[in-house]
Amino acid sequence: MPGTKEAKKEATKEGTTRRTFIAGAALVSVLPLSPARATPQAMAAAIKEVVGDNAILEGRVTLDLPPLIENGNTVPVTVSVESPMSEADHVKAIHVFNEKNPQPHVFDVRLSPRNGKAVVATRIKLGDSQKIVAIAETSKGEFFSASADVIVTLAACLEDLT
Amino acid sequence: MTQVLINAPKTAKKGEVIELKALILHPMETGFRPGTNGRLIPRNIIERFAASWNGNEIFRMEFSPAIAANPFVSFFAVATEGGKITFRWTGDEGFAVEESVAIDVA
Repeated sequence: MPGTKEAKKEATKEGTTRRTFIAGAALVSVLPLSPARATPQAMAAAIKEVVGDNAILEGRVTLDLPPLIENGNTVPVTVSVESPMSEADHVKAIHVFNEKNPQPHVFDVRLSPRNGKAVVATRIKLGDSQKIVAIAETSKGEFFSASADVIVTLAACLEDLT
Repeated sequence: MTQVLINAPKTAKKGEVIELKALILHPMETGFRPGTNGRLIPRNIIERFAASWNGNEIFRMEFSPAIAANPFVSFFAVATEGGKITFRWTGDEGFAVEESVAIDVA
């Protein structure tokens, strides 16, 4: 393992043997990530695809889901966006992303002034404790986001036991 | 057999913002789970949900495998005129279900 060797070499050089060795060993053990999962990078890429080069602003969006989830198979989620929902200023779309499910997308919603209120609720699956991000796109071309960290005790996507 | 549950008010005042709730029975199989034989169960999900009011689309939602089984969606709409609200789900394996409810707007 090259990482460990390097850590050892560095350690002898600097004299802080134990600390650098542990840091190196930890790095090596973290490296082989399971490939069939969305990563924070995949989520960032999926968000970039939607937002492009526009700035993502904080606020206006409320992402409501329980912080501690006992069953990741059905997790209630509500996304609400403060908006007058008028012809001139309304929420055009809401996108929800996750970090650690197999795919970064959760759902996309298209809205119009016909909706009156930019509030959507549904139930989702979560494969692991992770961060969920909701992004709202307004008719003015602005992007607002909110995120929530959740802890999942029983993950979805396990084998079918029936 | 498909079963759909829709919760919508039967009457509304003109201009009132009403909540529409729709639930459909569907396994939403992700395609990432191994079955009892160890092989992955093929993906079978609903990909799209849309609602229209007298034929005009008022809401559209793209699903992913991360939507829970028996998808439930709640959203809002402005009651403009009386008539029919139609909910439509389409997905893998030619899945297509449509359900309508009538609404009176005074």
